[in-house]
Amino acid sequence: MGMREVPGEELGAALNGALPGVVRGFDDSSAWVLPSQVNRVARFLCDDPAHDFQFLNSISAVDYVEYFDLVYHLTSLRRLSTGIFKARVYGREGPVLPSVYEIWRGADFQEREIWDLMGIHFTGHPNMKRIMLWEGFDGHPLRKDFL
Amino acid sequence: MTIRTVPMTVNVGPQHPSTHGVFRVRITFDGEDIVEVEPVFGYLHRGTEKLAEERNYVQVVTLTDRLDYTSSMINNQAYCLAVEELLGVEPPMRAKYLRTLTAELQRIASHLIAVGFFVQELGAFGTPLMYSFRSRERILDLFEMLCGARVTVSYMRPGGVFADAPRDFWPALDRFLEDFEEELADMERLLLENEILMLRTRGVSPISPEVAINCSVSGPVLRASGINWDWRKQEPYDAYDLMEFDVPIGSNGDNYDRFWVRMQEIHQSLRIVKQCTAQIEPGPVRLDLPLVLRPKAGREAYGRVEASKGELAFYLVSDGGISPYRFKVRSPSLINLTIIEHLLVGWKLADMIVSLGSIDINMGEVDR
Repeated sequence: MGMREVPGEELGAALNGALPGVVRGFDDSSAWVLPSQVNRVARFLCDDPAHDFQFLNSISAVDYVEYFDLVYHLTSLRRLSTGIFKARVYGREGPVLPSVYEIWRGADFQEREIWDLMGIHFTGHPNMKRIMLWEGFDGHPLRKDFL
Repeated sequence: MTIRTVPMTVNVGPQHPSTHGVFRVRITFDGEDIVEVEPVFGYLHRGTEKLAEERNYVQVVTLTDRLDYTSSMINNQAYCLAVEELLGVEPPMRAKYLRTLTAELQRIASHLIAVGFFVQELGAFGTPLMYSFRSRERILDLFEMLCGARVTVSYMRPGGVFADAPRDFWPALDRFLEDFEEELADMERLLLENEILMLRTRGVSPISPEVAINCSVSGPVLRASGINWDWRKQEPYDAYDLMEFDVPIGSNGDNYDRFWVRMQEIHQSLRIVKQCTAQIEPGPVRLDLPLVLRPKAGREAYGRVEASKGELAFYLVSDGGISPYRFKVRSPSLINLTIIEHLLVGWKLADMIVSLGSIDINMGEVDR
């Protein structure tokens, strides 16, 4: 059984067709979307039978100092395919993204972890508080300027 | 006359012996029924992801041992696969077999712990746990022959394994396989159709396939809910494409199925180990890579394996330097805990400990 990696171009084209204006570009493996539209993109990719990405593997945040990249790894258990979409948020002070908690419950702890360690806030998450560190901890340790 | 009850909030953990480490759950009870659950993590948080950004690629292998310390070999394997993807290299065939073999031995060791403690939490003090530790010790002895360490092995390296197996490893492995057949049969006779075990676990805390997928659950917990999903089959890495094995699947997703799936997986792992020993051929075990690795800037990799707890992945980003720019762990234990509410709410206090045991968490991996 071979898994198919959906190329960024194909994913970007499909997203552009369904949600015009959300795609900012694509590379070999992933489609880049507007950070403010992450939840709409997620809803489409999860529900659309042609993609069926019902399984969220992981959400990762990468700090590039001028901006943060959010990487969503997805799998479709039915279509045997994997896909990646990314979003770039600018600014060090209070970067915000919509939460995908309502679409994939598996995002719960991962989004909390990103808030805790990277300082990216997810709106719409019902329990957005620190997960690994204690409330009152100063700063977000995984940021490049923390230490 | 009805008796009124008042909801009561109780802390379970972090020092509770059955929480598999330092895990804490705040549980609100109504009488004996659980009405609200709030997991609290972080007691074992060591900042592994930050530490990795200051070490070179080979040194990071030692950090991965300490994530899920009951399956260090598999952690090594996932990390090495990710680095190899970054570098665009492939280890020699003998190294692939050695990795597959040790990873499966580790899976047996990890499942033995999971099953042993699961039954212990049902109240079977001592005996089944000692049975499983007896066999696990033998596996750790084998690891000691390979690399000198028993738990934090660091046996694998990007581009292969640290060293070839010593000559007396193979007869020792054969002796273990021979003895283990009987030891496993003993355990199965004791546990698989044990009446008390079945009464206590069948139909308790079932997880539907829809919930399991939506909560990103993976590994034996996902398969117990009836979903045929194993990354070793879907996306074979190392030597898994040459191995014949089945993927055991549960039907009800209850505590018994999660236990049963692990017991069956031990059999499948044994099958793979035997195929490895039969197929392995002499050859180099490690690529000749520079001591300090520098993957090209801007490359990223998602090294994914089916670990004993579920899907373990390392997401690496390189900036061309000698250490990973970003080292992210997709830890199965943390994400499997997402179902804790579905698992516990509505069930009794006495089932709570057992249900927690049935998802087999490891705090080293949850907190990182």
